[in-house]
Amino acid sequence: MAKKTFVVGCFDDEAVLFPAVKKTRLAGYKIHDIYTPFAVHGLDHAMGLRETSLHTAGFIYGITGTTTALSGIGWILTKDWPINFGGKPHFALPAWIPIMFELTVLFSAVGMVLTFCYLCQLAPFVKKHHFHPRATDDLFVMVIETTAKTNVEDLKGFLKANGAVEVDVQVAEPGWWLGRYDKEQQLIRDVEVA
Amino acid sequence: MHLKYESQLREPLVYGEKTYHQVTEDICRPIEAKPSKLWYIGFFIAVALLLFGVYSVYREVTYGIGQWNLNKTVGWGWDITNFVWWVGIGHAGTLISAILLLFRQGWRTGVNRAAEAMTIFAVMCAGQFPIFHMGRVWMAFFTLPYPNTRGPLWPNFNSPLLWDVFAISTYFTVSLLFWYSGLIPDFATVRDRAKTKLRKHLYGVASFGWIGSTKHWQRHESLSLVLAGLSTPLVLSVHTIVSFDFATSVIPGWHTTIFPPYFVAGAVFSGFAMVQSLMIIVRKVFGMEDYITMGHIEAMNKVIVTTGSIVGVAYLTELFMGWYSQNKYEGYTFWYSRANLFSPYGWSYWGMMACNVISPQIFWFRKMRRNLFVTFFMSVIVNIGMWFERFVIIVTSLYRDYLPSSWSVYYSPTIWEMGFYLGTFGLFFTCFFLFAKYFPVIAIAEIKYVLKTSGESYKDKMAAIEEQEPDEFAHAHAH
Repeated sequence: MAKKTFVVGCFDDEAVLFPAVKKTRLAGYKIHDIYTPFAVHGLDHAMGLRETSLHTAGFIYGITGTTTALSGIGWILTKDWPINFGGKPHFALPAWIPIMFELTVLFSAVGMVLTFCYLCQLAPFVKKHHFHPRATDDLFVMVIETTAKTNVEDLKGFLKANGAVEVDVQVAEPGWWLGRYDKEQQLIRDVEVA
Repeated sequence: MHLKYESQLREPLVYGEKTYHQVTEDICRPIEAKPSKLWYIGFFIAVALLLFGVYSVYREVTYGIGQWNLNKTVGWGWDITNFVWWVGIGHAGTLISAILLLFRQGWRTGVNRAAEAMTIFAVMCAGQFPIFHMGRVWMAFFTLPYPNTRGPLWPNFNSPLLWDVFAISTYFTVSLLFWYSGLIPDFATVRDRAKTKLRKHLYGVASFGWIGSTKHWQRHESLSLVLAGLSTPLVLSVHTIVSFDFATSVIPGWHTTIFPPYFVAGAVFSGFAMVQSLMIIVRKVFGMEDYITMGHIEAMNKVIVTTGSIVGVAYLTELFMGWYSQNKYEGYTFWYSRANLFSPYGWSYWGMMACNVISPQIFWFRKMRRNLFVTFFMSVIVNIGMWFERFVIIVTSLYRDYLPSSWSVYYSPTIWEMGFYLGTFGLFFTCFFLFAKYFPVIAIAEIKYVLKTSGESYKDKMAAIEEQEPDEFAHAHAH
C-alpha cells in the first residue's frame, strides 16, 4: 500500500465525537477510522460500519467441533477398534456427549480468536501506524482520508469547529508490517534510495 | 447523542473524581513503579515453595507413587483432593467474566482481570495432580487420542477420566484465550506509555499491534460476548465432569446424582473465596480502593453466602438419602464414616460443616459483608472448608467400603505428598506475583467503558435527570 495523507482530529469526549462523526459524514468526507481507548457503543453504527459476522464464524467452528467429536469417536468405537464394555452397545451416544460438547466449545473459541486476529491483523511483532499515542489512553482520534480534491485547511477548520481539541495532518502507511515498537521503521519499498 | 444513564440508587463502581486519563494512570502505576520490598519477599517465598514442590515431585517421579502414603484401598488421597480443590478455585474467574457479563453485572469490570488470571493459574496447579498421579508421567500423552503404532490403540471415550482430560484442557485453553483477548487493548495502553525501549518492545509484542480501531473494537465486543456465551456452559460442564469422576462409580458416598450441581456450587463458593483473599490484598497493596470497592466485596460475599447455603443443602440431602435409601453401605458411609464425630475421619466432616455451612451464614448481615477483616478471614476459612469437603468425599468413601478385609489403616500423607501441595501454592503465587507486577490487574478499557455511567463524580450529575418527568426525559434523550 502506498502512503496516504490523513487529517487527524482528536476529541476528548465521546459526547462531542458523535455529532462530529455525523457532520463529517454529511459533509462528504471519508472517515478512514476512529481510534478509541475503549469500545464506544454505537460508534460503529454512527460511522455506518456493517455488523460483524464473527459470531457466524464461531457457530460454524462450533458445529465443526461437534461433528469432529461425533464422527471421530463413532468411527473409533464402532469401526476401528470396537471394545465390549460389559455388553453395552458400541454406539454409546450418551457417554460421548461430554467430549462432543467440549470439542464444540474448543473449536469455536480457538477458531473465533484466530479469525479475530486474522481480520484485525493482530499478531506478535505486527506494527501499524499509530495516529496518536493517546488513542489508547483518553483521546478519540478521528482520521479522515484526503483525496487530491480535499482542501486540507478547510477540513482542519471543520474539525476544530466541531470540537476537536487537536488537529494535524499526517502522511502514513495505512497497512501493517513486521516491526518493533521501540524502533522507528519504514517499509523498505517506501525508503528512497539515494 | 447516545444515552448514558444509571440510577442514583446503585452504588458507584468507581470512586473519586476520575477522568479516562486518571484511570490509565491509576491502573498502570504498579506496572511502571519499582516493585516494593513486600513484593520481593512474597515472590521469593512463593519461589521457595515452588522449588520444594519441584523436589517433592522429583522424588515421586524417581521412586514412584510409594513416596506417598496411598495404598490399595485409599488409592486417591491428597493428590486428587488437591486436584478437585484447585479446579474448584479455578471456577470463579470464568464465572465472573462470562456469566456476569451475560447477566450485565457492571461490577464484574473491577475484578474480572485478576479473577481470570487466578483461574488460569489455579487450573495449571490442578492439572499437575492427575498428571503426576499417573506415576509414569512420561506416558501422560497416552491419554490423547492420536493415531499411534500400538494398533492404533485409542483411549476409552466412555470413561469420565478421559472426559476430564478434554474438559480441563478445553477449559484452560478457552480461559486463556478469553483472558488474553481482553488483555490486548490494555497491553497497547501500557505500550504507548512505556518510557524504556525494552518495555516498549515487549509490550509492543504482547499488544499484537492493537491501535483501537472502531472496527476492531466492534469485533472484539462480538468475540467477548460469544466467548462468554461459550464459557458459561463450559464452566458448568467442567466441574460437572469432575464430579462424574466420582458419581459414575459404584463407591458408596460417590454414587449419587446430586453431585454435578453440588460440585458446581462448591466450586463457585471456593473460587469466590479465593478471589476475595487475593483482591483484598491487591486493593490494599496497590491502592486500588477506588476500583475494587466495598460494593464489589459485598457482591462477592453475597455469592459466597448463596453458594455456601446451596452446598449446605446438598450435604443435608446426602445425609437424608443415606438414611432414606435404606442402603446399608450408603448408610454406613454417611452416618458412620462421616457424620459420626468419633469415627476415624469424623473430624474432617465436622470441620467441613463448620467452615462451609455454619460460618458463612455470618454474611446475612450487611455489616459483616462490608467488613474487610471478616471477609478476609472468612475467605480463608471457606477455602479450608472446601479442601475438607474434597478430602471427606474421597477418603471417607474409600477407606471402608464394601469388604471389611480390604479396609484401610488410617491414611495420612507423607511429607512429599504435602510438599507437592505446597509446591502448587508456590506455582500459583509465583504466577500471581508476576501477573500483579507486569500485567494491568484491572481491565483498563472496561473500567473506562463503565466510568461515565457508574463513576461516582458522574453519577452525581444523574440526580438532575432523576428529577425530570419521564416525558421530558424521553424527549431529551431519545434517539
